[in-house]
Amino acid sequence: MEPKNTTQEYIVSAIVEHRPGVLFRVSNLFRRRGFNIQSISVGSTERKEFARITITVSGDEKLVEQIVKQLRKLIEVVKVSILDPKNTVVRELALVKVAAPDYKAKADIINYAEIFKGRVVDVSHKSLTIEVTGGPDKIDAFINVLKPYGIKEMARTGITALQRGESQIT
Amino acid sequence: MVVVNGARALVKTLEKQGVKVIFGIPGGAVLDICEALADSSIRTILTRHEQCAAHAADGYARASGQVGVCLATSGPGATNLVTGIATAYMDSSPIVAFTGQVPMRLIGRDAFQEVDIIGITCPITKHNFQVERASDIPLIVEKAFRIASSGRPGPVLVDIPKNVQIELFDVEFDGGFEVAFRQPNHAPHPLQVKKAVDLLASAESPMIIAGGGVIASNASQELLAVAELLMAPVATTLMGKGAIPENHPLATGLLGMHGTVASNRLIQEADVVLAVGMRFSDRTTGKLEEFCSDAKIIHIEVDAAEIGKNIEADVPIVADAKQALQEIYKLLKMKVVKRERTALMAKIKELKEQLEGKANCERELKPPRLMVEIRRVLPENAIITTEVGQNQMWAALYLKVYKPRTFISSGGLGTMGFGFPAALGAKVACPEVPVVDIAGDGSFIMTEQDLATSVEENIPVTIVVLNNSLLGMVAQWQRLFYNRRYFAVNLGKVPDFVKLAEAYGAQGFRVKTLEEFSSVFKKALQSSVTTVIDVPILPEENVLPMVPPGKGLKWMIWE
Ligand SMILES: Cc1ncc(C[n+]2csc(CCOP(=O)(O)OP(=O)(O)O)c2C)c(N)n1
Repeated sequence: MEPKNTTQEYIVSAIVEHRPGVLFRVSNLFRRRGFNIQSISVGSTERKEFARITITVSGDEKLVEQIVKQLRKLIEVVKVSILDPKNTVVRELALVKVAAPDYKAKADIINYAEIFKGRVVDVSHKSLTIEVTGGPDKIDAFINVLKPYGIKEMARTGITALQRGESQIT
Repeated sequence: MVVVNGARALVKTLEKQGVKVIFGIPGGAVLDICEALADSSIRTILTRHEQCAAHAADGYARASGQVGVCLATSGPGATNLVTGIATAYMDSSPIVAFTGQVPMRLIGRDAFQEVDIIGITCPITKHNFQVERASDIPLIVEKAFRIASSGRPGPVLVDIPKNVQIELFDVEFDGGFEVAFRQPNHAPHPLQVKKAVDLLASAESPMIIAGGGVIASNASQELLAVAELLMAPVATTLMGKGAIPENHPLATGLLGMHGTVASNRLIQEADVVLAVGMRFSDRTTGKLEEFCSDAKIIHIEVDAAEIGKNIEADVPIVADAKQALQEIYKLLKMKVVKRERTALMAKIKELKEQLEGKANCERELKPPRLMVEIRRVLPENAIITTEVGQNQMWAALYLKVYKPRTFISSGGLGTMGFGFPAALGAKVACPEVPVVDIAGDGSFIMTEQDLATSVEENIPVTIVVLNNSLLGMVAQWQRLFYNRRYFAVNLGKVPDFVKLAEAYGAQGFRVKTLEEFSSVFKKALQSSVTTVIDVPILPEENVLPMVPPGKGLKWMIWE
């Protein structure tokens, strides 16, 4: 068994009632208890009355356990689980606007984008905007490759994730 | 089917919930609710400050076990409730607070007396609702009461915009709604119960810590049964005071920063600790690393999040305290024969004597002796509330409580000004029983205006002001930990509490000796009007024992 106090990244997935104010309650809980959110994404689910909030946090086992238990106390939170990274599909989308002053730079960047299965979604005289999806590591790697060219703007969605296999909200 | 407006639907639903009393203050945003209340059998008690309405609802809830209800208008009325709601939240007391709100079309536009009370109270309520349609009122109100009183109890706020109070709709009141509600599982896990029983049965010196959860789940009988079977000493947290009759030979009194000698010493020697309905707050544990570091801990708590939050339990049991103790008792009875433990009993007696001996035979009017005297005069079922500070700790240490729900104090938030309005709420809940607020002068000044409520509404209680003309507890800390550098703690000689009481039409007395106190106090208990007894005490008294902040319990200062 791993010791309880090693820090790692956890993905907490919460099914919540889809109504105004729920995200406020969840984020307020994190702030009040001093839990740090690394990324958060919210979206609809297969059932219109529920939304899914996916939160990544970094901490030890005790901390995530406390996060999960506190989340479960919120009346509008229906279900909370910690996703097992080995058994989860994790995706993030990033839009990266990168400086590309000349033809050579553009060609190189497009080349890299292809390697990362990215797509060029906008072109201007001096820049390219690339869309890339994948696990956070892949996106980090892609961004690192582009850095030397000069990243002008970037937007990352934060991860969203689903357990593999049969599980559903019930 | 009848056509009613939202306000009437609200009052109808409250009646259906069995609500008998509402504490509150009206204003523009709740006038329609007031109109509906005027036609209702529910008693509306007009307080003189919304904070007192919330504390009174809280006192009502703690004394009766029923949900307490308060009402305030939008804006400042709502914000004045906040301290009361936070107090109830920290001490897990079931109240439902209703606030008026500006009409929905004005929300977000900084309308007159608009305040985001939902946002403000989010971290201090179990849940809160803003009602959007009159037809939602019956269901939301039912939910609010359910949430407040189920599992680990706590406050719920319902914010009702003015237009929703006025809006008409068809309603069927007799139908009963099916409230879809996730009930937490209250039954203990059999395997965990077995583990707990194995540990307890093999323990050399088991000890029990009873918290407010024992009182909330009415588990005192069950607690005592387990304690007597194990012959285990029972310490309590401040919220747990009254969970075991404190004249019982196994009861060792308060544990923690201002714990008794007996509790704080015996906990050092325990090898298995059974903690029931409590949350290991810093005031109870002292320095966490030094708390029961060699003992095995069994933690029974209905709120799963409390388990492992402050202290890692060896045997966690997420369950209602009553059910868990019943299951433990059943199994334990088959495993252990009742032990004699005469040495332990003698030791408990001796440790208790260390603290109580002096208080009992003191002739002067010192606070510990005063507590003993108050207890001597009061009937067993009398309700004691406290303010915050030295007065509270003297009461906790020296005033023995015999029954659950007869000691009411702001533990978690430590709210000065709580005791008096809470006493009013308790008296409304239990009109047959004498109710006494043990107060400090500083605290009483914070909510003293509600003497008006107590006189006008005929809610007679007794306030015993331990008057040191100081913010005594703060002065004690400055004396002990800041080189006696007193700063901003001197309250001077004002007000004259006798005149103050009289100004409100209550009665006031000042007493100088123990004998005087006794005779005045006895009269006060018989009085049909509220009595303030001003008891001047020496300014430099310390409440001891005390564990310096941040230290382990073994560092208790005593004498
Ligand atoms: C509302 C509030 N403000 C400030 C404090 C901090 N505080 C804790 S004890 C205390 C002094 C209490 O004085 P008093 O009511 O006279 O009681 P004593 O300690 O003298 O018995 C203060 C100011 C508090 N607990 N609550």
